[in-house]
Amino acid sequence: MSITAESLRNKLTAEMGAVHVEVEDTTTDHCSTSFKVLIVCPQFEGKPLLQRHRMVNTCLAEELKEIHAFEQKTLTPEQWEKQKAD
Amino acid sequence: MNHLFRLSAGLLRSGTSGLYRRGPVPEGHVSLVVARLFSSEPENSELGQLIKKDKVVVFIKGTPAQPMCGFSNAVVQILRMHGVDDYASYNVLEDQDLRQGVKNFSNWPTIPQVYFNGEFVGGCDILLQMHQNGDLVEELKKLGIHSALLDANKDEQKK
Repeated sequence: MSITAESLRNKLTAEMGAVHVEVEDTTTDHCSTSFKVLIVCPQFEGKPLLQRHRMVNTCLAEELKEIHAFEQKTLTPEQWEKQKAD
Repeated sequence: MNHLFRLSAGLLRSGTSGLYRRGPVPEGHVSLVVARLFSSEPENSELGQLIKKDKVVVFIKGTPAQPMCGFSNAVVQILRMHGVDDYASYNVLEDQDLRQGVKNFSNWPTIPQVYFNGEFVGGCDILLQMHQNGDLVEELKKLGIHSALLDANKDEQKK
């Protein structure tokens, strides 16, 4: 299975009920696959950062075995709206 | 060989770049301790003790003096900004067992990894967000560490 930004986005949306997902392929020449994701999901509500990130890690457990580097930003829909407004 | 280990352990405690960057270890027994800690045996208890030995423990690629990855560097820089230089740092590039072991231990897939008081805090993203939203200053305070940024703010307010 080849991991693409698209496949990650689909999985996050389908399995976590994310309302908004942005995936950036940050792979550079010298490094193997690396991605940066922004996930907006109502399920993050009331959860501390670490728990949110663990949810994502669980969702992408298979892919993360192959991915070399992974950055994630996890927001609730409310935080996302606020951020857009800034 | 013992005097060499004592020398490097001493360098490590003073926070300057040393020969080894494995953090504070018992004098004179570095290689034995390391071999036992990072062997392929169940590491949970060993690693568990390692993260409790110091208030702030990080597992990075490279050393604080010479980080070998952007994310590891970010962790080092953030700690430096808060004036935290007395912490244990372990270079996972030196030891593949450690590299995998720490990922299994925290059930977290990537390096760098940050621990406060024996508890897993997160990776670079989380530390950065905590730094940006003020949580890091609070967490450091709970550890009894006064962040340098608090003093910087005080100076600003005096002006």
